[in-house]
Formats: sequence, structure tokens, C-alpha cells
Amino acid sequence: MNPIIPPPLPLVMSDAALVLTLALLLVAPLAVAGVALINTGLGRSRSAAQALLGNLAIVAVATIVFAFVGASIAGYLPGGPGGAGHAFQLAGKSWNWIGAGPFLLGNLGAAPAQSQLAILFEFLAVAMAAVIPWGSGADRLRLSAGCAVAAVMAGLVFPLFAHWTWAGGFLAQLGVNFSLGDGFLDAGGAASVHVLGGVGALAVVWIVKPRKGKFPKEGLSTALPGHNAIYVLFGCLVALVGWLAWNLAGAVLWLHAPLAALPLTAINTMLSASGAFAATYTVTRVRFGKPDASLCANGWLAGLVASSACAALVTPGQALFVGILAGTVTPLLVEVLELALSIDDPSGAITVHAVGGLLGLIAAGIFAGKAGQLTAQLVGIGALLGLLLPLAYFLFLLLDRFVAFRVDPDGERIGMDLHELGGGAYPEFVIHRDESYR
Amino acid sequence: MPAGFFLLVAALVLFPTPAPRMAFVFCGLCVEALGLGVAVRGHMEARGESNR
Repeated sequence: MNPIIPPPLPLVMSDAALVLTLALLLVAPLAVAGVALINTGLGRSRSAAQALLGNLAIVAVATIVFAFVGASIAGYLPGGPGGAGHAFQLAGKSWNWIGAGPFLLGNLGAAPAQSQLAILFEFLAVAMAAVIPWGSGADRLRLSAGCAVAAVMAGLVFPLFAHWTWAGGFLAQLGVNFSLGDGFLDAGGAASVHVLGGVGALAVVWIVKPRKGKFPKEGLSTALPGHNAIYVLFGCLVALVGWLAWNLAGAVLWLHAPLAALPLTAINTMLSASGAFAATYTVTRVRFGKPDASLCANGWLAGLVASSACAALVTPGQALFVGILAGTVTPLLVEVLELALSIDDPSGAITVHAVGGLLGLIAAGIFAGKAGQLTAQLVGIGALLGLLLPLAYFLFLLLDRFVAFRVDPDGERIGMDLHELGGGAYPEFVIHRDESYR
Repeated sequence: MPAGFFLLVAALVLFPTPAPRMAFVFCGLCVEALGLGVAVRGHMEARGESNR
């Protein structure tokens, strides 16, 4: 393996682009806030404070671990844009597989503004990727376990893929090495953030197992509805603001999109979310007789996730089509996962983030209009499912031996708030009196 | 699932022309999907198990 210096990025950003990207990145955390609200609202009332506190704790842990370890693995070059890394030779091609950035963000202050913005983008991305599995473990995943999962995501799983995609890794080089379009494209983090978070959520759900009483011996699975539809739906609107900023910043940073192309990216983001919402609304209206609020929220979010991959690459009509597809698939797949596969995912993260992201990545490959682009996107998807899902699962399985993921039965009975925090989110209300005071 | 990924890498290295390369990449993804299916089946809870 030889340390390599990647080629410089083809475009140096103008001052206007730098200022705009910084402003966008300061708004982008609203996407994390929206997802945190949605995660909390879709859980039960007796675990609400623990759920929202967990989101904060996970963002904090992910940020610290990424600064200490992850940023080095993700790889960036303080002297110029791009990423440093280690590569091996296979079939005459260089395969850059892991970053070799300086420890603890050394010399970041001396790096060009473009490199610093790229690192800031990755900090936000790792926070979002770490928050996603937390929602799937709602009502039974312990706070310490959630933080441990975040540490693993931020310390190894996310940085590896971020390096492959954004810092000159082998996926980014698919265009140069194998003439596959422009290499793997993931401007808004659909793969690095959402699919990665979604497969992390699947691994967590497998290990932590379903909530007590979710799948009874006979009959259908028990419905355990979210406790606050207002949090969920308001979270969707908050997420939209963050997503618009996120997609625009990603387009400037990773696709070097000119400023004139950004309004179209924003419009595509809104069209994708709106199309997904309309589709989910229609599907749930037809299937259940009335629209389902939490599924509609999931549909909206799936549209946003899909737009992360392709908003900067498609026409408005194509963005709407992608959104409608994501919104149609979401409620049906949520049902399949729960009823047919016995997967208890309270936030729907596996469907929304993993499947929504995959749809967006494939759409980017189809609609980008470059020869080999679809193949490049499929190779990236293959790396996510074939390498990073097993890696995350085995790391989490190992972690579970040291930090038990699942709360004990008594804790699950009285609720995570009382068990882990000693007080509830809604102290003036008597919650689940039949169980808590028995 | 890793086997599917290595099939996919082999397709990149061994097939210079787009059509067979795309076909074998797709085959690699199918192998990954099979692995995912087996993993999902392996983790399916027996009914009532989560109530204990």
C-alpha cells in the first residue's frame, strides 16, 4: 500500500461560493433537528425525553469521535482540497481504500477554505448518519448503547465510505479508472449519510430485537403508534429547511455546481418531497380509507432523502417522478417490514433512509445522462450493502457484549424516561398508569 | 453479501466493455440481495418471542 496524493479538485471556489456554502452549512443542522423531532414523536410518551436527549448525546459523541479518529480515516489534505489516503494496486489500477488525514484535524486552520467547508459538511453528515439508527431502536435501546453506536459510526463506518466517495477514494475514481461516468456521485449524502444510517438502523434493530408485545403469538402485529403527531409533522417542515441547505451545499462542494444551477437544485428538492408526500397520502388514503399522518411524514422524508442523491442532476419532472416513486414505495415497504419480516422499526428509518437513498442513487445514475454512470452508482450501492452493512452489524454485535443494547424488561415496562433519566418528558400527566403503578 | 461485492469488483476488473460489465455488476448485486434475504430470514423473530 502506498500513500498517495490525490489530484487537486478541478475548480477553486470563488469567494461568493465559499460564503454561500458556509451560510448553507450553518442552516443544514435543521435537517438533523427535524429528524430528531420525528424520531421523538414516533416513539412512545414514556420514552420521549430519553429519545430527544439521546439525539443530542449522539450528535455530541459523533462530533467528538469524528474529530479524534474519523476525520483522519475520511482523509483530507490540509494543504489543498481533496483527500490523502492509502491505496493498493489491482489489475493495474490504484484502489484508494482508506484516508490518511492528520490526527485530530491537525493544521485544519491553515487549510484552504474549501477544505474546511468540506470537513464541516462531513461533521454534519456524520451527526445525521449517527442519529438515524437511534430512531429505530426507540423505546428499548439504552442511551449508553446509542452513544456507543454513534461512536462506531463516526469512528470507522462513516469515515470509510466518506473517503471512498468524497475524498478521492476508489468509488470517486471509478470514472477515471474504469470510464464509469463521473465516478460514484453522492452530492447530498444519500449514500454516505442516509443509506449508511439506514443499514446501521437495520443492524441495530436486528440486535436489539422488537419491543415487548409488538409481535404476539397469534394475529397481526400490535400497533404501537407514535405519541405525538405534531412533533412528527413539524419535524418534516424543519427538515425541509435543513435539506434545502444541505443539498445546495453538497452540490457546490462535491459537484462544483455553478451558483446559477442552485435554484433548480432547491426546486428539485421541494418537488421530490412534495411528490413523495402526495403519493404516500394517496396510497394510505386508498389502503386505509384515511390518510395516515406518520406514514405521510415518512413519505415526505423519503422524498427528501431521494433528492439528496439526484436533486442537482435531474430535471424538475424527473425529480417529481423520483419523489412519487419513493412516496409510493415507502408505506408499502413499512408494512412489509413489519407484517411479513417482523422488523420493529418505530421511526421507519430502514425504509425512509436506506430505501429512499437507494432509489435516489439509482435515479442519479439513470438520469445523469453519462455513459457508465448507472454502473458507478450500482458499484457504490454494492459497497454499502456488501461491505458496510456486514461491518456495521459485526461491530455492533461485538459492542453489544460490552454495552448491552437492550434495556432490561423492567425498564421497558416503566419507560425509558423513568428508567434512564428518573423523570418523564410530561411530568404533569399520569402515563400508562396500569403498568407504571402496578 | 461480501461475496457479492467481490463479484462486482471482479466484473469491473475483468470486463472492459460496458454490457457484460453491467450484467456482472448486476449479478453481484443479486448475490448481495440473496445474502440480505438470508440475513433477514435468520433474524426473523418467532412469534411471541419478543413478549418474554
